[in-house]
Amino acid sequence: MTDLETQVLIIGGGATGTGLARDLALRGVQCILAEKMDINAGASGGNHGLLHSGARYVSNDTVSAMECREEGELLKRLAPQCIEETGGLFVAVEGDDENFIADFPLMCAKCSIPVQELTPEEALDMEPVLSGNLIAAFALEDASVDPFRLSLENVAHARSLGTRLLRYAPVVGFDLKQDRIQSVRLFDKQLGKERAVSADLVVNATGAWAGDIAALAGIPVHVLYSKGTLLITSQRITERVINRLRPPSDADILVPGGTVSILGTTSLRIPSLETIGPTVEEVDRIIEEGAAMVPILEEARYIRAYAGVRPLVQIESQGDDRSVSRGFTIFDHSHDGLDNFVTITGGKLTTYRLMAERTADMICHKLGVSAPCLTGTVPLPGTQVSGWSYPGLSPKEYMKSNNPEDVLLCECEMVPKSVVDSIAASIREQGGSPSFEAVALRSRLGKGSCQGTFCSIRTDAHMIDKGDINPDQGLNHLRKFLNERWKGQRPILWDGQLVRAEFLEALHCGLFDLER
Amino acid sequence: MSISETIKCDLAVIGTGMAGMSAALFAANRGVSVVQIGRPKGILLASGLLDLMGVHPVQENRSWNDPWAAMDALCRDLPEHPYSRLKKEDILSAFGELLPFLHNAGLPYCRRVEQNAKIITSLGTVKTTYCVPKTMWNGVLALENQPKGLIVDFFGLKDFSAGRIVATLRERWPELRAVRVFFPGNAGGKELLAGEITAQVLETSESRMKLAQEIKPHIRDARVIGMPSICGMRNPDEVLSELEKEIGIPLFEIPTIPPSVPGLRLKEAFEVGLQAIGVRQFLQEQVLTVNRGDNSELILHLDTKGRKVVVQSQGVILASGRFMGGGLYASRRGIRETLFNLPVFQPGDRKDWHRKELLDSRGHPANQAGLETDDLFRPLNEAGRPAFETLFAAGSILAHQDWMRMKCGSGLAVSTAYASVNAFSKTKEQFK
Repeated sequence: MTDLETQVLIIGGGATGTGLARDLALRGVQCILAEKMDINAGASGGNHGLLHSGARYVSNDTVSAMECREEGELLKRLAPQCIEETGGLFVAVEGDDENFIADFPLMCAKCSIPVQELTPEEALDMEPVLSGNLIAAFALEDASVDPFRLSLENVAHARSLGTRLLRYAPVVGFDLKQDRIQSVRLFDKQLGKERAVSADLVVNATGAWAGDIAALAGIPVHVLYSKGTLLITSQRITERVINRLRPPSDADILVPGGTVSILGTTSLRIPSLETIGPTVEEVDRIIEEGAAMVPILEEARYIRAYAGVRPLVQIESQGDDRSVSRGFTIFDHSHDGLDNFVTITGGKLTTYRLMAERTADMICHKLGVSAPCLTGTVPLPGTQVSGWSYPGLSPKEYMKSNNPEDVLLCECEMVPKSVVDSIAASIREQGGSPSFEAVALRSRLGKGSCQGTFCSIRTDAHMIDKGDINPDQGLNHLRKFLNERWKGQRPILWDGQLVRAEFLEALHCGLFDLER
Repeated sequence: MSISETIKCDLAVIGTGMAGMSAALFAANRGVSVVQIGRPKGILLASGLLDLMGVHPVQENRSWNDPWAAMDALCRDLPEHPYSRLKKEDILSAFGELLPFLHNAGLPYCRRVEQNAKIITSLGTVKTTYCVPKTMWNGVLALENQPKGLIVDFFGLKDFSAGRIVATLRERWPELRAVRVFFPGNAGGKELLAGEITAQVLETSESRMKLAQEIKPHIRDARVIGMPSICGMRNPDEVLSELEKEIGIPLFEIPTIPPSVPGLRLKEAFEVGLQAIGVRQFLQEQVLTVNRGDNSELILHLDTKGRKVVVQSQGVILASGRFMGGGLYASRRGIRETLFNLPVFQPGDRKDWHRKELLDSRGHPANQAGLETDDLFRPLNEAGRPAFETLFAAGSILAHQDWMRMKCGSGLAVSTAYASVNAFSKTKEQFK
């Protein structure tokens, strides 16, 4: 019943899986990338969007620190369209560990990470919202990166080289024969049927889900789940990335991205992947901690909270999850009795390319492919339709185009019809069928301050008009979208956001009876 | 130089939503001198539909045809709901007083006294409500009989899709079609809002003729036509009947997303109507502080630009709404009442305010937050006694109700306003 054949099947469409797809495609290896939901649905979409200078890890993980430095420099050159070179500050406030502060420049130097010491006055001059209680500050080369654009462009490039993408196609089982995976069974939600993919080699790049997927093939991979919650402010708070100068802890990084800033994270061990959402307690903790560096965070307006799960493969350690290496792990499961199965998990966004390279090296070795890695030298091609998820891009383009017939579907984030149309077209080009969720993921729809109150209805209507949504499928996609946005709303409902939520509910329940 | 003014009155109504407007009306009708203060926000967001009591128990999503039976069941199950303090005849009297007032102000409503009405929304869902603007009544009837029908929308119009409505209703009303035409004066199909400006276009017979010509070729076998609620700002049912004459078959309006024309019409009708019966309105102002005067009257200080206005009133009806209206305010640490700092009934901790899903049919505990009162609708202080002898609360600021889920918003606003005014009149007698 095999209906698809390929050299390599990559399971998981996050930063690692999409990066790996591109790496292999550049080496001439034929791939299918299967994702159970949509691009960056897991931790790749639920993080800070921070391109580390490496300084964050100098105290506890020098290997990661150096990898971050090298990869950061490389990505700034090869994928500049995905990166905002904001620069970063590491700041300490009264009460922070003075020994750590004193050692910091030395630790950076050991990892060859460029660092410049500033006086607190200089730092305040650069970022006036910093606390008046600063006792030390250093400038580093941190930057912000748009993880969605990065992954979408990796996929787009891979596809242009022949990679096939299957979205909404979760793995349901493996067919094993002796020491090999014969085929992988996927459930293709868009076709509504099961499909079998036979591949020379299967890569499990499913992040926190790596243990679940490996288990389906009868292989034990022990993954610990560390949940990180983040908060998005309604406005950009600082120009630069702000790091708290202390051993990594809760809520000590503030990352600007376009017109917003992202504050986080927490690190909470969770027992399963069933409840990944951000909680009220985490939000309160993040604000409290963040306000020590940047006091206005106490009163800032937050438009959303979200969470991602870091997969930690290491054996349980004594300290907190941050003291476990943020490095990545590649398993060649031939040691477990399956010759053509590889798992890659762990790591971080900044080093996604390196992870992909190392994994591809192993795969090519196993397949007998000798082509070298090219992602360290070939620039990532930019595509017009990949950047619509970045805060602030859509308004800029909309104002520039100045076309009165291009009606805005989302007023908060200024997403016009033309953007929705071009996203739908690009999904169709890639062989998928555009859905409401897919368009929302690839744009700012529902991510502004009204959290989808109006744009949900307008986009639905527009996509019906365009024939992109079959209207007979009813209103469940709207309900799903609103419930999904709600997850990020629920922990931040006070002040103005509660007012907006009340209006949202008054409209969608009070008037439209969507709860019924 | 600031000029100061002190206004003495019997009753000050704080709030300009459905509850505040109704309270001002009932008070003025009883010969009470009324000052009303507040920036109209809530009323602008009104859909134009007046719900009474539609769904109970919310967790079962049970919708009732008979609002009075629903209310009986509600009061049995949830004796803290504000409706439990009201009698059916009082609620009937309240509507009996409100509807003729709106009619006279150019905004006639239709209802069946003993029955709820089902109305199509702009998403094609069917909402349970009670009183419906006359311009929408044909839609209620049509939904009951499902004749061959046509839903019309316009090129460039946001927030309203005939195709969506028809698709959602396909099972319930199979013989419904959608058509998109050009709105008069918008041949280019530029962005069009379902607001005041668009509605005013149809007040001229020339535009109505143009629109009729656009629609007519699409009628075919349709017996009724639904369209977005933009048939004129003033006297909409006259505008609608003129349009019906041109087109030749019954028409009905479908409520649109707030701020909508029906909400604007309500605001307009109340403002004009209340001023005509002597209510003094401060619609650009809000109350900054309130304190007690020497003779147990309440002194309200308004924020006005360059002018100091103080209202000295025997009684106050607080109808300042919830979070949207500004009557309640939530910080990370709790919910408070914004003007008198009255105790607010609320779920203990912020993590308990909202459920995990927006559309959880049980509703969110935070929606039950609000003011607790005595039987005369006087908000209680920390000691559980009326905070002020002559302070009353009406509308959505009251605790133990979820108007969005129970579909009881307008009914609650109108009837608690009625009860508050009556209670004020009674206490006023006592003071004499």
